[in-house]
Amino acid sequence: MTQGLINANPVVHAKKERIARAEDTHAADAVDSLDVFDSVRDIRDPEHPYSLEQLSVLSEESITVDKKLGRIQITFTPTVQHCSMATVIGLCLRVKLLQSFPLHFKVDINVSPGSHADEESVNKQLNDKERVAAALENPSLRQLVDECLCSSEL
Amino acid sequence: MVNAASWVSHIEAFVDISRPAEQQKAGVNTVAGLVKNDFLTLEALVKEMELYLTTTDDTIRARGILYLAEVLICLLSKALDSFTISSLAGFFSSRLADWRSLRGALIGCLALLRRKSNVGMLADNDARTLAQSMLDNVQVQLLAMHDRKLCFEVFQCLLDAHSDSIASLGDDFVYGLIQAVDQEKDPRCLVLTFHLVQSLVKLFLSQLGSEHVAQDLFEVLSCYFPVYFTHKIADDFEVKREDLSDALMDAFCSTPYFEPFAIPLLLDKLSSSLPLAKIDSLKYLNKCLLNFGTERMLQHAQNIWFALKDVILNHLPQAEILSSSVSVLGGDIKYHEHKIATEALICLKTTILQFTCPNNVDFLTLIIDDNVVERSFCSVTMEGSYSDNDDKNYLKLSALGSILSVAANSSIFCCNRVFQDFFPRLMVALGIDLRTSKHSADAYVEIVSQKFNYGALYLSVELLASSRDLIATVLESSNSKDSLRGSWWHLIQEFSGPLTSAFKSALMIPNKITAEGGNSNYMQEIIICSVKGLEVLATYAGEHTPVPRKSFEDILEVFILIIISRYEDSFLWKLSLKSLVLIGSCIARFKDSNMQMIYNEIVVRRLVRLLHKDSILPLDLILEAISEIGTCTLDLISPVIQGLEEAMLSSFLQACVDESFKSSQDLVLFLDCYCTKILPWCHTSGSIEQPGMHFVINILEQMEDNIAFKMKPEMQDLLDKMMMTMKLVVRGCAENNQYIILEKAYNIMLASANLPSNALLVSSSILEGFQLIPDFCELSCKNKMLLYFLASIVTALHQQTPLTNVARLLKLLLVFTLKGHLPAAQALASVANKLPNAVILEETIELILDSFSSVLSNNHQNEPHMLNSNDGASMHFCSNLQINAVIGIAWFGKALLMRGHGRVKDISMVILKCLLSNKNIVPSSSHRQSGNFIGEDMHYLVARSAADAFHLLLSDSDVCLNKNFHAIIRPLYKQRFFSSMLPVLHSAIKECNSPRTKALLYRAFGHTISGMPLTVLVADAKKVLPLLLDSLSVLDSDILNKDLIYSLLLVLSGFLIDEKGKEDIIGYVHIVIDHLIKFLSYPHMMLVRETAIQCLTAITAFPYTRIYPLRTQVLGALAGAFDDKKRIVRQEAVKCCHAWASMASRSIRF
Repeated sequence: MTQGLINANPVVHAKKERIARAEDTHAADAVDSLDVFDSVRDIRDPEHPYSLEQLSVLSEESITVDKKLGRIQITFTPTVQHCSMATVIGLCLRVKLLQSFPLHFKVDINVSPGSHADEESVNKQLNDKERVAAALENPSLRQLVDECLCSSEL
Repeated sequence: MVNAASWVSHIEAFVDISRPAEQQKAGVNTVAGLVKNDFLTLEALVKEMELYLTTTDDTIRARGILYLAEVLICLLSKALDSFTISSLAGFFSSRLADWRSLRGALIGCLALLRRKSNVGMLADNDARTLAQSMLDNVQVQLLAMHDRKLCFEVFQCLLDAHSDSIASLGDDFVYGLIQAVDQEKDPRCLVLTFHLVQSLVKLFLSQLGSEHVAQDLFEVLSCYFPVYFTHKIADDFEVKREDLSDALMDAFCSTPYFEPFAIPLLLDKLSSSLPLAKIDSLKYLNKCLLNFGTERMLQHAQNIWFALKDVILNHLPQAEILSSSVSVLGGDIKYHEHKIATEALICLKTTILQFTCPNNVDFLTLIIDDNVVERSFCSVTMEGSYSDNDDKNYLKLSALGSILSVAANSSIFCCNRVFQDFFPRLMVALGIDLRTSKHSADAYVEIVSQKFNYGALYLSVELLASSRDLIATVLESSNSKDSLRGSWWHLIQEFSGPLTSAFKSALMIPNKITAEGGNSNYMQEIIICSVKGLEVLATYAGEHTPVPRKSFEDILEVFILIIISRYEDSFLWKLSLKSLVLIGSCIARFKDSNMQMIYNEIVVRRLVRLLHKDSILPLDLILEAISEIGTCTLDLISPVIQGLEEAMLSSFLQACVDESFKSSQDLVLFLDCYCTKILPWCHTSGSIEQPGMHFVINILEQMEDNIAFKMKPEMQDLLDKMMMTMKLVVRGCAENNQYIILEKAYNIMLASANLPSNALLVSSSILEGFQLIPDFCELSCKNKMLLYFLASIVTALHQQTPLTNVARLLKLLLVFTLKGHLPAAQALASVANKLPNAVILEETIELILDSFSSVLSNNHQNEPHMLNSNDGASMHFCSNLQINAVIGIAWFGKALLMRGHGRVKDISMVILKCLLSNKNIVPSSSHRQSGNFIGEDMHYLVARSAADAFHLLLSDSDVCLNKNFHAIIRPLYKQRFFSSMLPVLHSAIKECNSPRTKALLYRAFGHTISGMPLTVLVADAKKVLPLLLDSLSVLDSDILNKDLIYSLLLVLSGFLIDEKGKEDIIGYVHIVIDHLIKFLSYPHMMLVRETAIQCLTAITAFPYTRIYPLRTQVLGALAGAFDDKKRIVRQEAVKCCHAWASMASRSIRF
């Protein structure tokens, strides 16, 4: 592939300060959107050496967690309308969540409405179990995903 | 004279380069030793070495010459005659021409040059020949680093010791040296060359006046400025950038002749954009100003001022001014900016000091009349020029403030000038009019509240502060007092009244305005500024203060009013307290008795009075204020201590006699403050005699006089605090005072408890005493308090303090220990730990041990009175007694263990026996109804307390038996106990077949290893590990063991991380993992789960082949931990899962 970068010059935002949670020794800590955000904020963008948080692809507000129904919903905003990396970002998010949260959570990953030229098909692709599994079988794609996740290792 | 054959071999060893380095070194040292002790003459050595020194084989000749040189280095302190030195000098000088043996020749020359005159040094004409030979024969630039370094050292020695003969060489030497040092790049050599140039300058420019070489010499130096080090790791060269930079600076400033070249260069580099260049230029400039002399520098004055002005106006970091939004100085840029600003201000001060004297005010005028300064002054003192978003004006203000304060701070003369020019204008800007304000200070409030001129406020505070600092430094450096007062002094004196009320009114308005919202940052700045203004006005040096007494009193009044009534505004409250503390320590610093009196009257008295009556200010804030102010100086502490002690005594009486709940709460706060702030300060300052002693005695006397003392159960906290206070007070007292206190407490105790006289007789057995002394359920709680106080006092005694009636005291403590009073047990242990007399100690141990063992040996027949009608109750009584005895003996054992006494072994055996006595009893539900069960259960409780005794033995206590309370502590006592107990416990566990007892034994084992250093455990890993794993599996069923489980897991994690421990544990790794997986769902304690997961993560560092088969098992178990209810555990689980999953391949599959 000899094509150039899809978004050669992204806007980089400052990282939000990490809040140390006040520990309550007795009460249980339920999974909340900050938990989810904390686990995905450091995923690297497939194109740039910046995290998804820095590129404002994700924010805490774009994540909702329904503890009762066991659902995690993530809506992310690709940096440009025609970003072909949107599916890779979605895949990274899915793999990361799979690694960090119990399997009984149902994860929905969507691009935010109007942020992508091909919104419907991207959403469909991201939430199709078969296609996700197939994508992860693809060695080069798998490697790309692993590299993106790698930087978020603690 | 020794035989030549014996030492020639050393030379051969040295010359042969294939020999090991130690052998060669030894060869040099041996022969040098022979020469030093006159067993061998140098002449003989040289003669013997002739062949080595003159052979045509280059390598051997080089080694031979080097050998001779090395021997000479060792002989620096040996006296040699001038002929020998001269001929050696001739030899080495001529050898400099032989480039193959240059190293030896250089070292030889160095060895001769370094000789001191008292042992025969090089003659001047020899030195001259040597120097000439260096110039003629050695091409320094072409040599390797090490040889170059030697050459520079030779030159340095020549310049230092033989300057006369060098001087006769004239310019040849100078240019030869310039050629040698030119293009030098190695930092190790550069340090030398910089110093070399400096010496050269001193000799040729300062002494000989050859000015024409100045430019050439400076050119050599100038190309290194600013020193720029790309090499990050300084350690490689052992030379840091700072060292190099400092060496270059010294060379730069070494002579005024450099001035025409150096100053333009520095000013040029000052405008560079590289922060490092700026900092260095400023530093160099500062030093040059000091060294080159005013006359030469005067021509550059204007340029320097312009350059400095530029730097200060552009580089003052924001942090300095917006103190409320101070960000931590992170990052290089911020750091550099800060550094540039400070250096620039230092430089400015030096400049002003150098150029300004009463006869020459040009430079000061230059600054004061500067257009930029004037313009910024006008713009910053304009009203309403500040808002939160506009940093530019704040920056300008801060820059101007620093320039003016540096100017005013330089000297009294400058101070006068700056005050004359600016102070009245500032007062006008602030709206202070002397004519009106003289009539009524309060009228001023109206003007202020409308719009405060922040710029003017800030600048006037800066000016005041600089004049205050000026006085302080002048007073410290000289004794001339008459010159201090000038126009500035009168200006301040005149304006201080209105200024005080202006600051005061500024402090009064903020509440209204901040409530209206908007400019809160700005308002906070105004508060900071006003508080600082008041503080500065009150901290002028003692008698030289221009502030009249009235204003000083006003200021203190303002602060104390804020402290008393405006505690809701915590920001202002804290600032005011800090200022009061500062004023207090300032008064003490200048030792002004007048001010001290006023301060005492207005601040300290008022605060102390607050302690006694109810005030709106919460007690914890009163205590914070009073302790901060009290501890700022020695003179203030005594009224504070006195007030505090009186208040404590009265609330003690109210709490215990009148049963006032509020008083008891207050007293807890009092005691907290007293113990944590006042007493430690007294002890460290060491100037108050026996702090607290009177308080303790007073308490005891009050208890003697008052009969009715009551204590509610919720006052236990208070009792603990009182005991701690007693201990802390007593521990700080000298031996004789401790004795007095102890006597008092003991006598009161005896009198009050009304103990039967024979109860404490030495001869009577302990159990008789036990019956004779009534229980505290029958005694008043006054006696309980007295006993506890007595125990606390005993606990904190020195080793040397004499004890009266040791036997009776011990008996008393022993009896109450058996009655279950923990402080008595601790006091008993303290006595046993500190008894200095070996005989008494043995007797005591015998007595105590006997009593405890007789209780524990379970012979109820001896106690007919206790076994009365009700069987169950008596069983209960006996087991309680035994539990108390176990606790007592554990403390006692700890005391002996700490001082390293041998009997501790017996004690541990007694405890172990007590633990094992439970052995034969098997609990069964069928017994539940029978009375027998109670007995068994009681037995179990006794045995369990015996297991816990091991915890007591090895844990550190903060209430007794520690360094604070003068305990004797032998090093490594825990380790010694561990190695003696491990085999015993090991065999006991092996032999034991009752599961309940086994569990207790594991508990005891767990306590024994939990606090032990890892290295000890690893050394005994073969025995410890199986036991450790077993105890983990046995103990996890009982919730009571959760803390123990946690500490055992910590021990396990230590094994997993330690290199040696890993080797031992690798054989058990599957069992370990099984256990850890079980703990992943441990319900009682989050820390256990977290630590278990961390241990699993640590295991991934083990050899791959061992752990790979366990991978699926671990990953499966970790999936459960993802659902843990605690967030920390979940996060750890994710990390651990990642570690295990990525072990096999790059991609992660579940």
